[in-house]
Amino acid sequence: MANTSVNFPTPTLASPHARDRTAPQALLAYCRRNPQLVIGAAMLLGLVLVGVLGPFFVDPKQAQPLSAPTAQPPSRQYPLGTDDYGRNLLAVMVTGLPLTLRIGFLAGALGLLVGTFLGFVSGYLGGPVDAVIRTLVDTSLTVPGLLILITIAASIKGFISVNIMALLIASLAWRQPSRTVRAQVLTLRDRGYVQVARRSGLSTPEIIVKELLPNLLPFLAASFVGAVSYAILASIGLEALGLGPQNDPTLGMTVYWAISFSAPLRGLWWWWLPPIVAVVILILGLLLLTMGLDEIANPRLRRAA
Amino acid sequence: MPIGYLVRRVMQFFIVLWGAATLNFFLPRLAPGNPVRDRLLSQASQGGLLQSGVEEMVRAYNAEFGLDKPLWVQYGRYLYHVFQLDFGFSIANYPAKVLPMITAALPWTIGLLVVSSCWAFVIGTLLGALAAWPRAPRFFRYLIGPAMALSAIPYYMLSIVLVYLFAVTWPIFPLSRGYSISRLPGFNLPFILDVLRHAILPGFSIVLAALGFWALGMRGMMVTTRGEDYVTFAEAKGLRDRRIFFSYGLRNAILPQMTAFAISLGTVVSGSVIVEAIFAYPGIGTLLLRAISASDYFLIYGIVFMIVLSIALATLAIDLLYPFLDPRISYRKA
Repeated sequence: MANTSVNFPTPTLASPHARDRTAPQALLAYCRRNPQLVIGAAMLLGLVLVGVLGPFFVDPKQAQPLSAPTAQPPSRQYPLGTDDYGRNLLAVMVTGLPLTLRIGFLAGALGLLVGTFLGFVSGYLGGPVDAVIRTLVDTSLTVPGLLILITIAASIKGFISVNIMALLIASLAWRQPSRTVRAQVLTLRDRGYVQVARRSGLSTPEIIVKELLPNLLPFLAASFVGAVSYAILASIGLEALGLGPQNDPTLGMTVYWAISFSAPLRGLWWWWLPPIVAVVILILGLLLLTMGLDEIANPRLRRAA
Repeated sequence: MPIGYLVRRVMQFFIVLWGAATLNFFLPRLAPGNPVRDRLLSQASQGGLLQSGVEEMVRAYNAEFGLDKPLWVQYGRYLYHVFQLDFGFSIANYPAKVLPMITAALPWTIGLLVVSSCWAFVIGTLLGALAAWPRAPRFFRYLIGPAMALSAIPYYMLSIVLVYLFAVTWPIFPLSRGYSISRLPGFNLPFILDVLRHAILPGFSIVLAALGFWALGMRGMMVTTRGEDYVTFAEAKGLRDRRIFFSYGLRNAILPQMTAFAISLGTVVSGSVIVEAIFAYPGIGTLLLRAISASDYFLIYGIVFMIVLSIALATLAIDLLYPFLDPRISYRKA
């Protein structure tokens, strides 16, 4: 019941000498068995470092228009070139990448928070509350989220900032987590130890916080990464249509401006290629991380591959 | 099929439509700004006119569109119109109504989507099935990784790369649009070939990006199917491998793919909306992009409602057809 296998699963199956190992060795051995987790985390860490260390190499002010000659190919002075507005595209990358990460992180966290709450309420209480939440989630999941977001974003186009963008996406990002958390809670609800806790007089919130939540932590971590991927994909999709923060150079907005100035047709590859590469690394990193975390959250997968 | 399930499923369909219509109605009224005034002001400034008289015109237009009535009357009228597919006038191209603009664009989108989705489904499903089949060439197993990576990339990102490679660097395919400007649309062979040539790049980016999804799902199903007793029995009987693969493996593993098709429809449609916008393909996506940049709210909401309607119809159809595809399914109480 106590989840000792969350961080350092004792690899008794993997190696006969497992007991002789120290914790770092066990961690290393685990990482070797779960390379997806390591590679995914490394890709994401690399992207975060671009945002953290980038300002030491390039002045973020150059992400503003008119700070460089226009439409220059990559050179020593401007390693990623400049665009039609005269922005240094390296500075755009260094300021824009963290903004996209922030949208994804904020929206994913908010979505998971609301989704987990609704999932617990719906799964643990059951009854009419469950019916209402489930109908809401099931019905809204049949509609593509991007369309709802387009409707909302189009109505408030001029007022979108990075934080509003995150809020906007969070307003839909809770649906999937609430559904999966509900399913997990349903399987845990009638386990022996939960019944024991109930019989020994623990209140419902206590049972949820003390008994159910700890057992769902690895699962919630995987859901969190999933929610962040959803949020990032949604934000980039909206931004590619021009429905993002108009004055911030997020990855999606950079692609949008590149498209609206027909950069692909004019051969200005340095304008659109770096943000696309960054998005691809980001999405693949998140995908690998989800797969790695799934392996922790769902040990039955371990032997399958 | 029990009546209870049918009623619930059809009710869900109407709830979705009602929800979409309601969202479309209330959102612009909650948002700051007045589209009618904004539009008139921008036209006045373009024409170099003074702003006098704009307020009277706003009032006149409000009366014309019924925007001066109480909210619930407007809401009722709006629902009544929407369920007749009347979305009013386009703000940006005033005398034009929204519905004909959408119906002119819809065949392009449906054509592109149906053809490329079918290709993605067939290729992906076969690839996934072969990757899980023990006697298939190893080659297919190596394809799964790249297919998965491709499926993680948004469609439209892929299409920008494709445009650059195959329309700019090596100009094999046309850059954009649905057909050449010089050609007159008509039902003749040169025009059809021209349309096909223009559809290859956008279609290919959808196929490439959607492939991995089908391959992964199919591989998972095929792994369980190949362990079934009837497959072992078919092998013991000495049936030809090809027959076992198609009639015993594929036939049984393919059913959940149909459900996945219904679920993925939304993602496919919204992804291809942006692909169209990049290729300036004359479908719904390009119309939507133009409507967004012109703040043509009625057109935006009309397009969103039409897409929601088509997806809701398609999922309803798949859900109702499913018991005919898989006799094991029965819609008792879940």
